[in-house]
This record gives sequence, C-alpha cells and structure tokens, in this order.
Amino acid sequence: MLCLLLRVLCTLVFHILRCLLAIHMGKYLLHRALQSSHSLKIIHFLVKTQPSTIRRSGDRVLWDIVLHHGQLRAPSQPKTTLPKITLDPWLQQAARLMQILHPVLESKTFSFSRPAQRHPRFHQGVFQQGHSLLQTRQPNLRPRRHSLQNAYCRKACSMVDMLIIKLALHQLPRHQLQMMRKRRRRMRKQPLTAPLPPAVLLLCPTALMLWKVGAIQVTRWTRFLSTSSPAPALSVPQAAKPAKPFGYGYPILQPGYQNVGLSSGVQTSNPAYSGFQQFAQQYPGMNQLSSSLSGLSLQHSSQQPESLRPVNLTQDRNILPVTPVLAPVPNLSSDLRKLNCNPDSFRCTLTNIPQTQALLNKAKLPLGLLLHPFRDLTQLPVITSSTIVRCRSCRTYINPFVSFIDQRRWKCNLCYRVNDVPEEFMYNPLTRSYGEPHKRPEVQNSTVEFIASSDYMLRPPQPAVYLFVLDVSHNALEAGYLTIVCQSLLENLDKLPGDSRTRIGFITFDSTVHFYNLQEGLSQPQMLIVSDIDDIFLPTPDSLLVNLHESKELIKDLLNALPNMFTYTRETHSALGPALQAAFKLMSPTGGRVSVFQTQLPSLGAGLLQSREDPNQRSSTKVVQHLGPATDFYKKLALDCSGQQTAVDLFLLSSQYSDLASLACMSKYSAGCIYYYPSFHHTHNPSQAEKLQKDLKRYLTRKIGFEAVMRIRCTKGLSIHTFHGNFFVRSTDLLSLANINPDAGFAVQMSIEENLTDTSLVCFQTALLYTSSKGERRIRVHTLCLPVVSSLADVYAGVDVQAAICLLANMAVDRSISSSLSDARDALVNAVVDSLSAYSQTSSTSQQSALIAPTSLKLFPLYVLALLKQKAFRTGTSTRLDDRVFAMCQMKCQPLVHLMKIIHPNLYRIDKLTDEGAIHINDRIVPQPPLQKLSAEKLTREGAFLMDAGSIIYIWIGKSCENNFLKDVLGYPNYASLPQKLTHLPELDTLSSERTRSFLSWLRDNRPLCPVLHVVKDESPAKTDFFQHLVEDRTEAAFSYYEFLLHVQQQICK
Amino acid sequence: MEAVVFVFSLIDCCALIFLSVYFIITLSDLECDYINARSCCSKLNKWVVPELIGHTIVTVLMLISLHWFIFLLNLPVATWNIYRFIMVPSGNMGVFDPTEIHNRGQLKSHMKEAMIKLGFHLLCFFMYLYSMILALIND
Repeated sequence: MLCLLLRVLCTLVFHILRCLLAIHMGKYLLHRALQSSHSLKIIHFLVKTQPSTIRRSGDRVLWDIVLHHGQLRAPSQPKTTLPKITLDPWLQQAARLMQILHPVLESKTFSFSRPAQRHPRFHQGVFQQGHSLLQTRQPNLRPRRHSLQNAYCRKACSMVDMLIIKLALHQLPRHQLQMMRKRRRRMRKQPLTAPLPPAVLLLCPTALMLWKVGAIQVTRWTRFLSTSSPAPALSVPQAAKPAKPFGYGYPILQPGYQNVGLSSGVQTSNPAYSGFQQFAQQYPGMNQLSSSLSGLSLQHSSQQPESLRPVNLTQDRNILPVTPVLAPVPNLSSDLRKLNCNPDSFRCTLTNIPQTQALLNKAKLPLGLLLHPFRDLTQLPVITSSTIVRCRSCRTYINPFVSFIDQRRWKCNLCYRVNDVPEEFMYNPLTRSYGEPHKRPEVQNSTVEFIASSDYMLRPPQPAVYLFVLDVSHNALEAGYLTIVCQSLLENLDKLPGDSRTRIGFITFDSTVHFYNLQEGLSQPQMLIVSDIDDIFLPTPDSLLVNLHESKELIKDLLNALPNMFTYTRETHSALGPALQAAFKLMSPTGGRVSVFQTQLPSLGAGLLQSREDPNQRSSTKVVQHLGPATDFYKKLALDCSGQQTAVDLFLLSSQYSDLASLACMSKYSAGCIYYYPSFHHTHNPSQAEKLQKDLKRYLTRKIGFEAVMRIRCTKGLSIHTFHGNFFVRSTDLLSLANINPDAGFAVQMSIEENLTDTSLVCFQTALLYTSSKGERRIRVHTLCLPVVSSLADVYAGVDVQAAICLLANMAVDRSISSSLSDARDALVNAVVDSLSAYSQTSSTSQQSALIAPTSLKLFPLYVLALLKQKAFRTGTSTRLDDRVFAMCQMKCQPLVHLMKIIHPNLYRIDKLTDEGAIHINDRIVPQPPLQKLSAEKLTREGAFLMDAGSIIYIWIGKSCENNFLKDVLGYPNYASLPQKLTHLPELDTLSSERTRSFLSWLRDNRPLCPVLHVVKDESPAKTDFFQHLVEDRTEAAFSYYEFLLHVQQQICK
Repeated sequence: MEAVVFVFSLIDCCALIFLSVYFIITLSDLECDYINARSCCSKLNKWVVPELIGHTIVTVLMLISLHWFIFLLNLPVATWNIYRFIMVPSGNMGVFDPTEIHNRGQLKSHMKEAMIKLGFHLLCFFMYLYSMILALIND
C-alpha cells in the first residue's frame, strides 16, 4: 500500500520536474535563438516540437523576433512578390509578420480543427489577395465570392488581430494611431442602426487592416455585424479570444495614453467638474479635440448616467479631475436630497444600496458607512423639548425621512412601525403654529441636537476632569517636551472646555510615581512620591484632582516649576504601567480625560515591554511582525477606563522604538486619540516641536464630550458587520465612547441580511449621546437616506470611491494585524481586480485589450496604489515599526476628509497663482489652482508646488524657479540664498505673496489639526519626504501607476 | 476495566455537554444584550481551559484503551480546541476577546462552534453509553 503510494508520488514528482524542465529549456532555447543570427531553424524546430512553450512564452518571443529580425522569412514559404509593391511601412510590417506567423499557424499550437497544411489556399489566398488589393489601393466594396473557408478565415483573422494591434501600437506613426483610436471611439459611441460597409470597417483598426490586407471578405463582416445586435462591441472580443496567447500581458507595451494625450474624463460636460473651463484653457491643444468630439459624447451621455460612462484607464492620462473630488449625490428625489445628511459627517460607500447580498457580492465592493459624528458645525439646530419623539419599538429618533400617515400618526422608516405623534409635537416652536408636525425642526433637518432630559442619564452630569500624566525620566528631559507642554497648558488654561466645576490634576513618573497636592490654601504645590510601584495607592485621594478655578495660582506655579524640577535626574526607567493604574484610580469616581506623555519603552512595573523591532527587517518585503500588541495589560486597562468613562490619550514623543502597537491599545479601546512625534527633540527637530505646540493648542481647546455612547441604527434587513475606530463595542450596535472629540472618525462595515425588495429607500441613523463640557446631556442625531437598486449597473453608478477607499484602508489594517501585511496588500489589489473584472463582465462595451472602469470608479486603482504606498502598507522601503503602526492607527480613527489627504495628497502649482476661478471668503480672495497629478513629471524646475498632505504641507521649489516668486513670496533674492529649513511664509506686501498666503490659510482653515509647513528645496535632504508622496511614480519597491494598471489588467485576464 | 473507562468518559462527556450549553446560553445573552461583552468574555475564558483538558483526557484515554474509532472521532475536535487556544494573539484576553467579539461576525461563529460541539458531545454521549452497557454485559 505504502509502496504504491510512494511510487505514485515519485511518478508525479518526476512528471512535474520534466514539465518544468521542458518549459525552462524551451524558453531558454528560444531566447538563445534570438541572440544568434542563424536561429531560424531552431525557432521552427521549437514551433513544431514545443507548441505549449510557444503558447506560453510565444507572445514575448515572437515579438522579439519581429523586432530583432524584421527581415525574417519563413523558409517553407515561397517568396511573395513584396518588393514590387510599395506598401505603407506599417502594412509592410504586417505582411512580414504574417510570414513569420506561418510556422506557428501550421503547428498544432492553435488547435485547428484540421491541420493548416490541408488548406494550401490559406496562406496563398491571404497574401495574394491582400497584395492585389493593396496594389489597387482603392476600397473595393463590392461583395465578392470568398475563397476561404468561413471558420478558417475567422480563426486566422482573430489570431492576426491581436498581433496587428500590437504591431500598430509599435510601428504606426503617432498621428495614424490617434486617428484610428478616434475613429474607434466614435464608432463605439454611435448607435448602430443600419451599418454601411465602410462605416463597419472603420469600426476598429483590426478590421480595417484585415480588410486592407484582404484576409477577410467585406460581405462576411458586414453580414456578421448587421445580424448581431450589440455588434460593434462584441465582434472584437469574439474574434480575439483564440488569440489569447498573443493578446495579453505584453510587458513592453508602451503606455497607450502617451500617444493620446486626451482625457475622456473631461470631454463631456460633467456638472461635478466645475473647473472644466479652467482646465481647457490650460491645455489649449485639447480644445479642438474636445470640440470635435463634443457632439458625440453628448449624444452618448444621454443614454446612461455620467457616473457609468466607461473610462479606459490605460489610455486616459489625466484621470485626476482638476477640482477636489466631491462626494456623489444619492439618486433621490430633490426634496429628499435637500434634506439628506451632509456627506462630511455621514457617507456611504455605495450611494445606491444593492437589493440583496448576492448583488452586493457580485459587485465586489465593500458596503459601509464613514462617520464623523462630532464634527465642528457652524449651523446646528438644537432642540429643547421635554419629550423626544422616538419610535416605540426600535427607538429611532424622528427624522426627515419618516412618513406621516395623518396628523396623529407617523411611520418609522427603520422598522416600519406606526407610532403616535405626541401632543407636544403638534406645536411648532419655530413658526409658533399648531397642527403641523411635519414642519418641526426635527423633521426638517437630518442633523439635529437634542438636549436630553434626566431619562438619558445614569448619574448626574459629571464635571470635566483633565489629568495629565507626564514622563519625567532622563530621556524625557533630554527631549525637552515638558517646556512645550507646560507652556501650552499655561496659555490655554482658561480656554479648557468646562464650567465652574472643571477639575485638573497632574501625575509625573520615572521609576517612581509622583503626585501633586494642589489643594486650595496651600502656599505652594506639594509633591508626593510613591515608590511602591507594585501596589500603587493614592496618597491623598481628595486633593490630587482640584478645581481649576479655585487652585489656579497653585497650578500655574506647578506648571512654571515643572520643566526645571527634574533637570538633573539620573533616572532612566519608566514606570508607565503603575502611573496609568494610579491615573485610573484617581479618575474612576468621575471619569474624564487622561493625557499621557511618554517618551520611551515602559521598563518597570506592570505593563513593561521589551523591544521587539529588528532594525534589519525594516525594509523587508516578506513578513512584518509585531503589528499587534505584546501584552493585554494596556487593553485591560483601557477597558477598565472605558467602564469608568475615562479616555486615555497618548502622546508618544520617542526617538527610538517604543512599541506603539502595545501602547496604542490604551487609547484604542478607551476612545482616546493617539499622537506620535518620531525623533522628537525641542532644538534638533524644531518642526516636530512646532507640530506638538500646534496640536496641543487644538487638543486643549477643542470641544469635548464625556460619557458618550453612540448607536448606529439602520433599516430592517441591514446589519452591522464590523466597526472601525477608537471605542469599545458594548453591544451589537452600541459603541461606548468615554470621550468624543471633533476629530474622531469612525467606519462601519455593513452586510445585507434580508433582501430589501419591499422598500425603495434605506436609512441609517447615528445617535450620539454625550455630556457636554458644560454638564449638559445632549444627543446629536444624523440621518442618511439612500435609494435601493436592483441592477448591478446602478450599484456601480453610485459608488463613492473615496469612502470605499477609506473603508478598505480600515479593513486592510484589520487584516494586517489579524493575518499578515502581505495578505492585506493582496486583498487591496484584489479589491481593484475583482471590482473591475466584475464591471467588465456586466458592461457590454468590454474589450479584452483595455482596462475599462465606470467613471465612478476611475480613481479606484489610483487610490489603491496610493494606499499600497502608504507607510502603513508599504513593503521594501525602510519603515520603522512605530511609524507603520501609527499610520495604521491614523487610518482607523481619522475622518474621511483628512484620511483622503493622507492617502492621496493634493498637489498645486503655486508660482503662477491667478484670481481666475477664485472664491471669496470673508472679503478675502482665495485662488483655486487646479489639482496636479502626483507625479514627478508635473514638477517643472521653473515652478513652485504646494502639496497638502493632511498633517503636513510641503512647498517644493524647483532649481530654476523664477526669482520673482522667491523674492515676492519667500523673501529671498534667489534660489541659492534660500535656507534648507523654512517653515513660515513671510508677510510681504506683494500681490503674489498675498495670494499664496490666503490660499495657504484657506487650506489650513479647512481642517481641525493645523498642519506644519515645510519649504523643500530641490536638492535638500527633505526632498525624499516630499517625493515619497508622489504615488504615481515608480519607486524601487513599488509599481508606477501605469505598471499597476497593467498588473491589474493581467490579473483580470487570468 | 473497559467499563470503568466508559463510565469515566460518560461523566466527562456530561460535563462537556453542560459546558457547551453554558457557552451557548452566555453567548446568546450577549447577543440579546443582557450582559456586557467584558463580563461575558471573562466568564467564558475561565472555562476554555477546563473544556480543553476535559476533552483531551477522553481522547488520550481512548488512545490508551485502544478504541481507535472513538479516538479518531475525537481527535479533530481536540486538535481544534488546542489549536484555537494556542493561536490566540499575545494582545488578546483569551479565546473570547471583548473588543473583537462583536466584529467580523465572531459572535456568530462562536455560537456556531458551540452548537456543533454540543451536537458532537451528544453523539459521543450515546456512543459511550452504548459501549459502557456493552462492556458491562461482557463483564
């Protein structure tokens, strides 16, 4: 038995080895054959003996033959009368190619039904007819009797088809190719009613050429095309199928779009791209082209929605729109659309919800919500009423999308229960009228805030409590962050959100934990040292957290003294764990916010960590380990804190590995936030110091909500699959958030559990219940309404590509922690491949040779490539583990707008700012330069470019940048005098300076965290930081955008 | 001797059945939001090791007493138990982690697993019962 098994195994292995050897030998021989000039025989031998090898590598090899041995003639073939005829150069090539092809056609490779030799008229016919036709050079449209067998001819045509296309791409003069492309495009767009023979032949270059060569008969093609209904689209792929060994994955194919230079993304009059005019002026050559095509595209766009228009990704060079990408508007009636929630706070990856899970699976796109619930809002209706109207069964808050059956009853839009309208709701406080419940603010706004009654409280609202836990070990003093923190606190002490009850406290730690007694009445702060870190206790529980207003003087004294208190410390250890335990004990009666400042790996007491990073593995392409936490101490602590309504915010200011993966857990599960300043030093690294200062200012003064819970409800049939963000999931739809801040974003993955066939709309509602810093209990409610669709095309029409990317980023972070980084990267690429191949299967205009995406998804591959090049997911480039983990944390908890800037920064050219298309904000003119694509080819040496990468803004100055700009904006006479490190723009009294500054401040105003400005000279070392954001370019370890597209295309064809 | 082996297996199997039922009840409590994730997970994690030991003992016992069929039947489940216990990431609080149990349908898969185990143990229970009676009669 065992023997038999072994024998079978041996045979199997032997066979496999033989096959491998044969393949490799075949390839080797072929390549050798190319190198030697007397190689024809070998090639013919191989073609005859190794058809499978040819099939596999034939594509490449034959091409090389064509390129290197253009003069090759097949020996078995009688010489044709080529020299007599003067052919177009590209037709000559085609003819030559046909000759080379003969041995291939003769061999069994292409599995003809009968061997090719039996039809001697095949090659003769093809050539002779071709040549005679070419000689006359006149399109002869009269139907002729064809001499070739039908099936045979088709097969041959299809085979030659792909080769000729490629040949054309290589050999054709540019203008000719462009002409052909244009013709093809026009043909595709015109509805084919009664095809005229010449029109049909213009259909595609292949048909045209084949017809010219005479390989096919006019009658056959016309008949074929006029009988099949979606003729123009179908004829090509059908013909191309048998030619697959030649037809795909050709690696040295030049980017098709370089020849075209025309973006179909801007051809049509798309209302979303308001910057079209601007763009057209910038590229004057394009005007003529687009005007010549405008008639066609308009005709076309009336047939299907704009977002579904197919875009050929490999050909469209300028895929990025010139204005920032906006969220797609759900396809709702105009009333509902007006009422719908602002996409900045609430977005869905699919604005058309598929009816069934099967349809969603078919679309291969993630379904989920992106939330930014506590965003700073300028307009927010606040409602004070004694009864908050909610559905009695599912507890949904009344919202604009409910339906009033009559004056007295309303139907819930989530669970469809009919509820009564309470008496109080009949009165409208805004209009002071009675009997109009549908005009109440709750029913007129999709984002409202209720002031909740005592029913919504478990305990009376607690005061705002802030505790600062500061690292004062030698390492921390060396970095010098204490001065900045104390200074910022002193400046912002009065601006801390809170009321008269606000309390504040301080803990410092090195190898021991120090408490500060700030009780009112003391002459100076008392420091209490607890050295028993194994069993931490609070020395004086009552006087460590003190009222901010009563003890203000003592607090100020302490903050002034603190930076100098530990100057001469020799303590290098850090007992972070015990300090956190102490903080937890201190905070547990009230809850509140703990801000932890840590500068090194915790080395003492509970929660101590070991260094896990191997610096040699930083640029490894294979396995990235230790992305998950090393111990569950911080997770447990976070859950304890979360239970006591305490959030822990972490500021990590380290110069070396500090195991952020473990430390971050304390913030992740207690709904805190994480800030990371790699290689922080107050003098050596001033930009980080400035960033800390700015972040702290925002951090200390921004709004805050305590004791918060958030519930996400959705229409019956949908359910929540996974949550992403910083919080603790308390039950299936309830998130426990000890603190909520305006900069926190969340993502939710959804699944469709029951079919949504009986409804045309679905709604999502998030309700955030929190205690404001003033001690009020409030509920902020957002409601989003989306249509349900039943066809796959509609699903694709409503894709919100930015939301989908952010959700994918979150999913990829989860995947890389639970599985591995390479798995996550593969999943990201597969997301593109799957969705695009699913789309090409549905759309009728599919082509084998092109990568087609709907307009709604055209940026998808670009963004995924950008994701793959993020610090979080990149491989091959040296990335510190902490940097990587921090990037992952950011993806999890940043709101969409900010995250998109991190993933795909905006690049503008700023040396020639004009007021054209500028917007006016508060009497200030803000210029709006067009977005540039993220590629070094856009960076001209004469220009200056601004890149907005979320938390950081770069200004790149080209080597030969105009001196006018340098002088007027930066205040330096020439490029040489520009310093290496410049972080501010001077306030100069020139027009261009004013424009640049107003543009910059506009960019800064748009976001919560104030970004740091870096002016980068072309040769400065900071250049690499700037260039790593240029995601469309090739790096040593990653694809360029075009290569990525080819890779995706290859994967699709597989 | 054989009777003693099966009597012991029977008792052990009963305990495992009770444990499965306890798992199912606790998980469904969590599903209905009667208890919070933290306490649910700490309750369940306490019983993961006893379950593992209990089942491994029976499996080993069957191997020692040369009951090949029953041993092979038990082996996959025992392996799964051990695998699941070993593969818990270092940062997690056990097989059941309160921060992840609501994500990615974990609750459902835990539930399904407990159900399958309950079925399996019930099957084993009757098998042991039958074997025990057979062994007693043979004695």
